[in-house]
Amino acid sequence: MLHFFLKRLALAALVALTVSLISFSLLFLAGDPAIALAGEGATDADIHAIRTQYGFDRPVMEQYLFWLKNALAGDFGTSYYFKTPVINLIAEKMPTTMILGLSAISFAILLSIPLGVLAAVKPNSLFDRIALFISVIGQAIPSFWFGLILIVTFAVKLRWVPVSGSDSWQHFILPTIVLGYYATPAIMRLTRAGMLEVLRADYIRTARAKGIRPGKVLFKHALRNAVIPVVGLAAVQLGFMLGGSVIIESIFALNGAGFLAFESISRNDFPVVQALILIFSLIYVLLTLLADLLNAWLDPRIRVA
Amino acid sequence: MENLLSVKNLRVEIPLAAGQLLPVRGISFDLKKGETLCVVGESGCGKSLTSLAIMGLLPKIAQRKADRLEFAGKDLTGLSERQMSAIRGNDMAMIFQEPMTSLNPAYTIGNQLMEGLIRHKGVSRSTARDRAILLLEKVGITAAASRLPQYPHQLSGGLRQRVMIAMSLMCTPDLIIADEPTTALDVTIQAQILRMIKELQAELGMAMIFITHDLGVVARIADKIAVMYAGTFVETGTAEQIFNAPMHPYTKGLLSCIPVPGKTDRGSRLGSIPGIVPSLIGGIDGCGFRSRCPYAQDACATEPTLTDRESGHTCRCIHEASKLKALTWEVA
Repeated sequence: MLHFFLKRLALAALVALTVSLISFSLLFLAGDPAIALAGEGATDADIHAIRTQYGFDRPVMEQYLFWLKNALAGDFGTSYYFKTPVINLIAEKMPTTMILGLSAISFAILLSIPLGVLAAVKPNSLFDRIALFISVIGQAIPSFWFGLILIVTFAVKLRWVPVSGSDSWQHFILPTIVLGYYATPAIMRLTRAGMLEVLRADYIRTARAKGIRPGKVLFKHALRNAVIPVVGLAAVQLGFMLGGSVIIESIFALNGAGFLAFESISRNDFPVVQALILIFSLIYVLLTLLADLLNAWLDPRIRVA
Repeated sequence: MENLLSVKNLRVEIPLAAGQLLPVRGISFDLKKGETLCVVGESGCGKSLTSLAIMGLLPKIAQRKADRLEFAGKDLTGLSERQMSAIRGNDMAMIFQEPMTSLNPAYTIGNQLMEGLIRHKGVSRSTARDRAILLLEKVGITAAASRLPQYPHQLSGGLRQRVMIAMSLMCTPDLIIADEPTTALDVTIQAQILRMIKELQAELGMAMIFITHDLGVVARIADKIAVMYAGTFVETGTAEQIFNAPMHPYTKGLLSCIPVPGKTDRGSRLGSIPGIVPSLIGGIDGCGFRSRCPYAQDACATEPTLTDRESGHTCRCIHEASKLKALTWEVA
């Protein structure tokens, strides 16, 4: 198990390094960053001054290593727009996004796994059809529109929850539902498919032959085997959610890292964009690593690999 | 002695698009404590479904019907899944044909051995653990305690089947149903496992239904034999009756298929009964074996009944017992 863990950790570190190179290179994707920063009507001298000031005249590799060294120490430079350290900006906005992401994935898992299991127990029943219907809707509705519908219904008309902002936990209810609902269909369908297959397995018959109670057969013997691919999917979905929170955060005026990313891109605030992309990617890598470890715990056969 | 298991007119029905599939069409037998009944027949004759029907483990699509299904004085026909689960594993246990896939890959051997005992007898984990170790040793697994934390994928097929057998014995059931427990194993292991099952059965005083297509196995372990064909028993009797004086042409055919050292020429083709089993969808007109039987007559078009021919030796055939015994059939 330790060997497995170290191997996965080394792989994750390699991926993270590659990601850092890519996120750094994004700076040069939109052309010369000095020209972009100088803005319209800038003279050649202005551009040249900016280029020297920000070090754009140095070799790219040198810039990257310099940036990486500082990033490892937690220094992502200074925001061009706010003129404050990027790390402070992110530290301020990240908790909102993390809370939203975690509550959304929890919502999605708690809703979709029981639905998937029940749909698999009685395939093609009325319940299964309703669950399918819910999941198709979830996949089909654009989340910005769904978010607005929820705001109109529950915040404006019924006044059950606040419309927008991020002051209390009530503010997170609607965004959690919108973001989580998006991930629900995939997780539910995968759980259902996994359960349908596992329930036909010989070892389920063995468990029943031992007289194990029906509920335990379902949740101990079947679900653990069926849920293995779901873990990986949920990790990927959470990664998507953190990225997707850009839209949700702007709809609900949750002032999180997603919204910061959106604004920074439109402001050409490269240090912030670079840092956010790196951090989001690292979270993604970490989630994948966690999913691997969780799967190894769930399925002993994976541990040898 | 009182019957442990009494089955009368057990049927299994599976609705298919092509019609009603009737893989088990009226099985009746009684089993006393400590007795071994061997059910013999070729693939697809309904042996496994018969055993699953008794255990209440049929696939959802299949329906079980029976005039009587009594186990230890209890009527099993009306029991719910929950009530049935209290009997399964506790009073009647089953050993399956596929040791490679019958253990849950996600849990340790120990966990899977112990859970049934804990569920039925409410014992502590340490008591269950001791019993698991004892039974693993009984089924011939060395260093039993060190096997408990192992996972199924770490064991060979032979070991897994031994674990399955140990698992079925955890609650000391009164009845063991073994569905071709040695078919998936290689021959040397087969003999060991058979001997072991037989010894344990005698030691623990359990009744057993042993399902197999292998007559060589039957000869070693059976008290009573039922020969099954196309969903019904065509001949039943003691092991001696069936082997020494078989009556039904199908039984005779099966027995003559066994190559005998010294008698069967080296290099000669192995015997087989010509023809195929009739479709089990819908009713079968008359005797199910008549299209393959060399002694078939017009009268075979009406279905014969299973009748007692002499001292409990029953046969489902229109011919007289004396005539049947005289018949010889060497399949080519």
